[in-house]
Amino acid sequence: MSPTLAVSRPRRRILPGFGLSLGFTLVYLSLIVLIPLSAAFLRAGGLSLADFWATVTAPRVLVSYRLSFGVSLLAALVNAGFGLILAWVLVRYRFPGRRIVDALVDLPFALPTAVAGIALTAIYAPNGWLGRWLDPLWGAGVRRLAEWVPVVDWAGLLGTKLAFDRPGVFLALTFVGLPFVVRTLQPVLEELEPELEEAAATLGANRWQTMTRVVFPELRPALITGFTLAFARALGEYGSVVFIAGNQPMHSEITPLLIINKLEQYDYRGATAIAVVMLVASFVLLLLINLLQRWSRRYHRV
Amino acid sequence: MSVQVENIRKTFGHYTALADVSLAVKSGKLTALLGPSGSGKTTLLRIIAGLEHADEGSGQIRFHGEDVTHVPAGRRRVGFVFQHYALFRHMTVFENVAFGLKVRRERPARAEIADRVHRLLKLVQLESLAERYPSQLSGGQRQRVALARALAVEPKVLLLDEPFGALDAKVRKELRRWLRRFHDEIHLTTLFVTHDQEEALEIADEVVIMNQAKIEQVGTPQEVYDRPASPFVYQFLGNVNVLPAAALAGAGAGRPDGGGLVYVRPHDIEVVPHAAGESGLPAILRYIHAAGPQARLTLEQVVNRETVEAEISRAELDRLGLRANDLVRLRLRQSRSFAEDYAI
Repeated sequence: MSPTLAVSRPRRRILPGFGLSLGFTLVYLSLIVLIPLSAAFLRAGGLSLADFWATVTAPRVLVSYRLSFGVSLLAALVNAGFGLILAWVLVRYRFPGRRIVDALVDLPFALPTAVAGIALTAIYAPNGWLGRWLDPLWGAGVRRLAEWVPVVDWAGLLGTKLAFDRPGVFLALTFVGLPFVVRTLQPVLEELEPELEEAAATLGANRWQTMTRVVFPELRPALITGFTLAFARALGEYGSVVFIAGNQPMHSEITPLLIINKLEQYDYRGATAIAVVMLVASFVLLLLINLLQRWSRRYHRV
Repeated sequence: MSVQVENIRKTFGHYTALADVSLAVKSGKLTALLGPSGSGKTTLLRIIAGLEHADEGSGQIRFHGEDVTHVPAGRRRVGFVFQHYALFRHMTVFENVAFGLKVRRERPARAEIADRVHRLLKLVQLESLAERYPSQLSGGQRQRVALARALAVEPKVLLLDEPFGALDAKVRKELRRWLRRFHDEIHLTTLFVTHDQEEALEIADEVVIMNQAKIEQVGTPQEVYDRPASPFVYQFLGNVNVLPAAALAGAGAGRPDGGGLVYVRPHDIEVVPHAAGESGLPAILRYIHAAGPQARLTLEQVVNRETVEAEISRAELDRLGLRANDLVRLRLRQSRSFAEDYAI
């Protein structure tokens, strides 16, 4: 090798094509994501600032933000917990029917969400299989809470029924988010060296200490990723929720539903204004979670 | 503390990993468990650590006479070092070493833990790296962190599973000499698994040679090298030539003590140029590999055209003035014969 060759190509990469692939990435992302999203911003830009503010802070819209973000967060948290258990069982144990359970996890991915909404409604409605028993229990529980702690409007917060009320939103969002947590955790769990647990055991740690201090920190990055995906999915979910939520104004309407409502009334500017708020809020939240992710993986940086 | 293994049997389905193995590990010694892969050495080490359990109804593991067969790993007071380190990568070096102290029921005071960890890190010469994460260390450094972590719980026995297996040749040599010196300082009963005979012979006080779920021989490195108890041990510890005793007796090549096959190490073969009246096994010199302190000669027996390896010093080679395709005679200085059906 002559030295001139080395000097003339100082940053030679093993695989060529950085320029080409980055160019493709930018064009592709622009066509699929950036341009449609900026169209939303442009549309909303047609509103005056006062109109925009009035649209996005209407009381009915404000309630829907709280419901959408609050329940999505709650559903993602529950999914993170139960998804962890589910993934653990699927990876660590061998039992008859394991493959079937494993395949079932993917169903929420594949099913049209409207079908999921109808199915959940059928089961949890007051005359459904489970709703027949659980619906009265929920109502009674909420009434009891209201008697004990009267300062909180429990019926307004938790709803009084399972289906056609706020709990239905939670059920639907949990359903659609579950596969994300399980599928992001599974490969990490499979790769987890058994030696780590054995090392902890020889050092005198009991099972609980081994789980909390050794295994869980190893899973945390994947768990946060799964949580983020489930949360993002729940925020955007529309199809399954509208069937089971009851869609009562000022109570169980999710933000995407309000956007659709505005569209149906040909109020495109109003719809995009709410969409913009949702976009910005989602982006900020996802950014925050990514920062948390960076922190949880800090030991990976060399 | 001494370790006694008595009639331990371990099967995985139809596969026998250990067939009634008994072994006494001497207190304060550095003992090597040596054998090819699949010989059961790692399984034995894991059973001693309590990470694996022997078959129901088989024998006992005893530490200094005390039965620990059913004591869980965490209460056996053993330090275990894994081949691939098994460091907790989300913890710094300091936190890794402190782990065993922090999970104790009577957790020592913060200052005491810090003090102990720093002393251990000093012992393994990693004081300056306490705040690093394992991913920022080299293989040799990681292995020393693993060692310090195992020592933090003040084990009575130290068990190392292929401790240098994942390291490159140079680091490996340095680290094993370091381990020997280290052992001379702390005198902890130590048992390490290896498949590298050079490693075992170089640093161990005692070598336990295993093959096919059984122990073949136990002895000091010199004992097992000079007086192998079986053809397997002969072949496993260094190079060996296998010659039929009948051919040797006919040629007056040495003193084969009995029939069957004669096992002789390359450096125990004397090479003399062919001349009228010289005794010895006739052979033709095919190749001379003289790169190194010793010259390795590849020879072909005249009788059956089979290959024999011999090793002589470079000075000896010059004195003899041998060239390729010369006819020579071979005599054995030291050899051992085994019955033919005993062959591997």
